[in-house]
Amino acid sequence: MSADETRAFARLQMTHIGRPLPRPNAERLSRGAARYTPDIDLPGLLHVAFLRSPHAHARILAIDPSAALARDGVVAVVTGDDLARIARPFEAKLDHLPKLKAPKQYPMAVGIARHQGEAVAAVVASSRAVAEDALDHVIVEWEDLPAVADPEEALAPEAPRVHEDLPDNLAFVSEIRQGDHAGAEAATALSLERDFSFARHTGVPLEPRAIVASFDPVEERLTVHQSTQTPFQTQAAIAAMYGLGDSDIRVIAPDVGGSFGIKLHTYADEMAVCGIALLLKKPVKFVSDRLESFVSDIHARGQSVAARMDLDAEGTVLAMRVDALSGIGPWSVYPRTSVLEGSQVLTLTGSPYGLKAYSGRLRLAFQNKAPMGAYRAVGHPIAMALSEVLIESAARRLGIDAVEIRRRNLLPDDAYPFRTLTGLHFEGLSHHRCLDRLVEMMDYPRLRAEQAELRKRGIFRGIGLAAVIELTNPGPALYSVGNVRVSAQDGCTIKLESDGRVTCAISITDQGQGNLAAIGQIVADVAGLKQGDVRIVMGDTAQVPYGGGTYGSRGAGVGGEAALRAAAAFRENILRIAAALLQTEPDDLDIREGMVGAKGSSEGRVDLRKIADIAYFKPDQLPKDLQPLLSASGHFTQLTDTFVFTNGFQASHLELDVETGIVRLLEHWAVEDCGRIINPMLVDEQMRGGIAQGIGAALYEECLYDENGQLVNGSLVDYLTPSSATLPDIRVAHVETPTRTSTLGAKGAGEAGTAGAPAAVFNAINDAMSPFDAEIFTMPATPERILRALGRIG
Amino acid sequence: MTETTVSMTLNGTRIEGRVEARTHLADFLRSRGDLPSVRVSCEYGVCGCCSVVLDGKVVRGCLTLAVQAQDRDVRTLEGSTAETEDLRSAFVERNALQCGYCTPAMLLTAHELLQTKPDATREEIRDGLSGNYCRCTGYHAIVDAVAATAERRKGGVDR
Repeated sequence: MSADETRAFARLQMTHIGRPLPRPNAERLSRGAARYTPDIDLPGLLHVAFLRSPHAHARILAIDPSAALARDGVVAVVTGDDLARIARPFEAKLDHLPKLKAPKQYPMAVGIARHQGEAVAAVVASSRAVAEDALDHVIVEWEDLPAVADPEEALAPEAPRVHEDLPDNLAFVSEIRQGDHAGAEAATALSLERDFSFARHTGVPLEPRAIVASFDPVEERLTVHQSTQTPFQTQAAIAAMYGLGDSDIRVIAPDVGGSFGIKLHTYADEMAVCGIALLLKKPVKFVSDRLESFVSDIHARGQSVAARMDLDAEGTVLAMRVDALSGIGPWSVYPRTSVLEGSQVLTLTGSPYGLKAYSGRLRLAFQNKAPMGAYRAVGHPIAMALSEVLIESAARRLGIDAVEIRRRNLLPDDAYPFRTLTGLHFEGLSHHRCLDRLVEMMDYPRLRAEQAELRKRGIFRGIGLAAVIELTNPGPALYSVGNVRVSAQDGCTIKLESDGRVTCAISITDQGQGNLAAIGQIVADVAGLKQGDVRIVMGDTAQVPYGGGTYGSRGAGVGGEAALRAAAAFRENILRIAAALLQTEPDDLDIREGMVGAKGSSEGRVDLRKIADIAYFKPDQLPKDLQPLLSASGHFTQLTDTFVFTNGFQASHLELDVETGIVRLLEHWAVEDCGRIINPMLVDEQMRGGIAQGIGAALYEECLYDENGQLVNGSLVDYLTPSSATLPDIRVAHVETPTRTSTLGAKGAGEAGTAGAPAAVFNAINDAMSPFDAEIFTMPATPERILRALGRIG
Repeated sequence: MTETTVSMTLNGTRIEGRVEARTHLADFLRSRGDLPSVRVSCEYGVCGCCSVVLDGKVVRGCLTLAVQAQDRDVRTLEGSTAETEDLRSAFVERNALQCGYCTPAMLLTAHELLQTKPDATREEIRDGLSGNYCRCTGYHAIVDAVAATAERRKGGVDR
């Protein structure tokens, strides 16, 4: 976008951008009228139920489908071998990380099942109940193999191998060492090293994974309805696996009932559903149930990290070292791999502070558990917890207040641009302003005074803070150099309809965060329309321009910029037609609330309906040399930087019952800086929802496996998530530092809440336990773990 | 499986259907195809997504068998629009829903809560909704919307 356009945007009368307008699609969603993938029905639709491996690791000696096939309503039983005949296996590689091992993965197990829950065979039947009933009649002969569950044991020389054709279970290793280690060491007065542990947990979208695939043998076209954030990525994955052209596949994401990253991966079982549709040439549907979700949705975090922070006597953070180990399941998840969680821990840890020295190691191990992938705030909650929990632990030892030690260490707000030792480039952050705002909002001095008073009465409250950095608006660097077909580009096309209204088709998607509303607000302001006259189309590869979709907090920032550019071009097109009609120059005209007329005048304005009427039905009224352009497109890839960083601060206030170990959350605060705010209500609720998931990680959520790789808590009875009764009110405030990497200036806001909340809650727990000289470094902080930390139980 | 006939009053209309004894009420209602507000999620009676109103009380659609609704009055959000409209519009105004999957059940439960406790405090609202999971919002906005509706229903505050 030219400097002129940037100036034009700065001068724009904003009547939508920046305002807390309700979401247009909330009307439909709130009436219960949404259509999610499980609601999709097609003529002749068949239903798929998967036979999943009950073993973490076992050889499949034989599969006998005959009894199942004999049952009424059963149409077919499809095995892993059947699909292997038509499928090219995935290998989740990144070309720039040749050390990452990428074993082949088929849509269903071939020969060996490598985690409990891996699909082994599929029953296709007239109804889901008939298909599920028939699963009991598919007889599989198993040979149990030793399961590799614990990542440390997986890396032992004598460990059984997850993949027979690989020399060991080490999937990936990476090391980094930067800065002046000798200098840092010489100045170190306090060195804290702690073993952190972050449980495996998962996203639990309330709408489970679901897919409907239907093949048209005449057109040779596959149509897929899928609960996904990234329809074009699914298109590319199906094309790669089954040898179709991208554009032979139409992927439609209807309403999506929550995703949080869970629904941006390519799941083998969903690829199996597409393969079954191709084999049978019949429409087929699969909807995961909750147990299947727990054993086959990607899991995340699951890391043990030895972390060290070195400080001088004044509390200046000098150096950090991390050594992280994670089990990633049997494969690196296609197509984005399972490296990012760990690699982002390696690059983000300690980044709010100007470290003198940094070193880190990451090891990823194959194991016989569900695959690990990207869940909201990939890597961030771990990275933030390592630096933030250690800095408050150090502050207590040095007798420095938690706010004060941040003020001494945070990069000054005028220090930017800044490049961290790990190579992250910060364009402009506002940590000090955010901290000041936070301290004011929570009335920090009063809370501290109250805490001291209550302690005298045996009431133990804790206050914990966390600085947050979030990487958003990713550029193409990773997947381009990695040679992976994940697009960092987004596209938007705006067209004038014959009734004078406007349709805007855009490649980003909406799972409730409000992308649809935000795009409507941008288009309305930039093109000069009323938001109600702009209809947004998303989530259909046949209707929208190509683009990445929703991941990495990029919808508003990258998709929004594409929309801005399309809207600016659309406005120019309309003004050209209007100028011809009004016999003036486009520069003398503007569009306001859908009416075109002379700048600064409300006289003689014409509406877009009139423009459409002339352009479509009476173009002979226009000059003969004008062939009007009635649609316009805009595309955008963030090319300035690898990522655009946001920052913020969070704080947690809680009360700890030291007899029971139960934490009662009292209040939570967040100040965030996501650049230009398109709709503050949407940003607030992204923060709150993200914080809720971060609190879940801190206190409740854990996929519990036994030593044989069996998940033992695969239901919402046994897997705890935060509820309305356990969560506190969450106060949100904003600081706005627009990014200069786009005209719009918006950064992402979807993940910062999840990134920072676990650290804030852990600091508050450790603060509450400080009279007992106890600290905890294992997430989630269950009552049992807290009582152990307090030494009340053995 | 043997099927049996079940009849009930559904959103004010007498209906009849053939079901297996094991079919739960939520699946039965979903199978009709005209009640998109009825959803399932955990199918364990925990998340509350499948909640419907049976003889005036909110129940779990996944823990109630369709045959248990024999000769009883069943209401879904589609049949409760008039009495929940103020609550619904408060949800939209306050952005108290994101993906919308939990919303119909949340509205039915919140409405029942406000009928039994018109003066519910924030804490009582939090307790009253604790059997309905929302994974998107963090609940704060939902509590705001329900509290605002309680105020309005008391006639205190103009919109």
